[in-house]
Amino acid sequence: MRQTLLDKIWAAHAVRELASGQTQLFIGLHLVHEVTSPQAFRMLRERGLSVRYPGRTFATVDHIIPTDGSERPLLDDMAERMFVEIERNVGEGGIKFFDEASGQQGIVHVIGPELGLTQPGMTIACGDSHTSTHGALGAVAFGVGTSQVRDVLATQCMAVEKPKVRRIEITGSLGRGVYPKDVILSIIGLLGVHGGIGYAYEYGGEVIDEMSMEGRLTVCNMSIEAGARIGYINPDQSTYDFVRGRPYAPAGDAFGRAVDWWSGQASDSDADYDDVVTMDGAAIEPMVTWGINPGHVVGVNQNVPDPASLDGAAGEAVAEALEFMQLEPGAAIAGRPIDVAFIGSCTNGRISDLQEAAAIVRGRKVAAGVKALAVPGSQLVRDRAEELGLDQIFLDAGFEWRGSGCSMCLAMNSDKLVGDQLSASSSNRNFKGRQGSPTGRTLLMSPAMVAAAAVAGEVTDVRTLL
Amino acid sequence: MTDSAITRVAGRGLPLRGNDIDTDRIIPARYLRAVTFDGLGEHAFEDDREQANGAHPFDDPRFAGAAILVVNNNFGSGSSREHAPQALMRWGVRALIGQSFGEIFFGNSLTLGIPCVVLAESEIVQLQDAVAAEPTAEITIDLEERAVTLGDLSFSLQIPDPVRDSLLSGRWDALGELLGAPDETAAVHDRLPYVSGFSG
Ligand code: SF4
Repeated sequence: MRQTLLDKIWAAHAVRELASGQTQLFIGLHLVHEVTSPQAFRMLRERGLSVRYPGRTFATVDHIIPTDGSERPLLDDMAERMFVEIERNVGEGGIKFFDEASGQQGIVHVIGPELGLTQPGMTIACGDSHTSTHGALGAVAFGVGTSQVRDVLATQCMAVEKPKVRRIEITGSLGRGVYPKDVILSIIGLLGVHGGIGYAYEYGGEVIDEMSMEGRLTVCNMSIEAGARIGYINPDQSTYDFVRGRPYAPAGDAFGRAVDWWSGQASDSDADYDDVVTMDGAAIEPMVTWGINPGHVVGVNQNVPDPASLDGAAGEAVAEALEFMQLEPGAAIAGRPIDVAFIGSCTNGRISDLQEAAAIVRGRKVAAGVKALAVPGSQLVRDRAEELGLDQIFLDAGFEWRGSGCSMCLAMNSDKLVGDQLSASSSNRNFKGRQGSPTGRTLLMSPAMVAAAAVAGEVTDVRTLL
Repeated sequence: MTDSAITRVAGRGLPLRGNDIDTDRIIPARYLRAVTFDGLGEHAFEDDREQANGAHPFDDPRFAGAAILVVNNNFGSGSSREHAPQALMRWGVRALIGQSFGEIFFGNSLTLGIPCVVLAESEIVQLQDAVAAEPTAEITIDLEERAVTLGDLSFSLQIPDPVRDSLLSGRWDALGELLGAPDETAAVHDRLPYVSGFSG
């Protein structure tokens, strides 16, 4: 007893302690995409190694894939080369590949849960920092670099140190027009972008208990933006209901056995935590970032900070961020005119995100001069959205309706900001240059808030449009 | 693999000031459009350098040939891209000293044999000032003694024991060790109920 989910999963997957004191940890599910894997497969070949457990690795293409319907071979030579490379690697490695023809392609952190690959109690690794997303199902999931992708391919293991656990308890209930994105942005605002270094974040409390699984995925997704490589939520009935019936989920009698095992992985009620933080869910407002990291965040009706009121380095950092963002010290964030609205990404590219945004957009028009994109996180999300007629709502309002992929979250395809455009974005990073233009500027917010900004032409409290 | 042991790193420093310098800034995403890590060195901090109009420390001739970056809080946050430490390594960086590091960046650097060691905030500031005042002076990171020295300055550094051990013993690239436990790995694989789909 007194164990956290992290303790239990760690113990179940520890192969041995290495001479250094790190754990050799077995990885139950390995996800691969085209950007961080080619060098790993090359390193394997150089050392004469092969993929040890090919059935435990799954691959897709998401980062460079065009979302505008371009067909293979792509005109973009390097993108085409990366496609060819991953096709060769999964072919030689005997790895299941969710390419476009499969009908199940999508952003790696969208398709894992959607296909039932992601399950409670697993260890999950992917060469992508937002792997923390999968913790929403009660898994221990973390992002790794390319050398560790190589390690997992070759051995199904990683050398890693066990983190501490901070429980973040969100009490009460969320107000109308306040979404899971606002919850995680508030947490990052409170604990800072480096507050989570060395920790796994366990999210709990009434707000999390009541939250949909898609909302939980949004919260865990941005754990890494709080510095925490791992974020998770204990599995409960919502989790089991979510997993049931998915293509790779256990079925029939096996499902019952799975639920027994999964429920045993949850943190004990008297578990020991290294730290506990409590937040009042009712106090959370729709949030908007104003700076160059996700900790630079305020409620939509608040003002950006004034560096003059801050000391030394903190003041300098705020001044640098405001200058890059072209915002005046102490100015209101609401009313700021935007150039681009982007709905999508592994944070907010799921069906409920599109539904929440469509509810705002319906019967309204994108403001003149605003370029608006709706990009489903996977082919299955896109199919479902079209069944529900969401595509038509977006198109009627003046949005572009795209194919699935990462798109303007990091702009490795042709979806990019131009010059110093200001983007209202449902993605996860407002870093300098993140959306494809070195001087482009990003305001992170919930998909409903992006929709509100798109139709108003400026940052707007979505609650006024509900 | 003791010939790859890293016990100390000595070289000229480069003060790179600012908190939360993320890996998108270290190497912009457009350079991830590649199937190798070749040629990344020249693009390290490309957009920051462009925007600084020649005033970025990477373009300051006084710091040419530097091997040790002295950084502030949460350096290398954000994206897991190993391209970031690969770019720094190819630019010539062999170690970093900072107040804290993004965790994935820290691990990626370790796998390349690049130690990231930690000093207190005030010590970082002193070290950055000292390097800026005398760029040709040599910094020494002594992992055995857990010390960072530069001229008269000497600080005790922090590094997690397992990380220090793996550097000192030359096992910082973990793959060799991980390959050494196929039977234990298979045992874990076989006993995890989800591997067989809870077949009962
Ligand atoms: S949507 Fe953005 S954050 Fe998510 S995997 Fe793609 S590029 Fe990374």
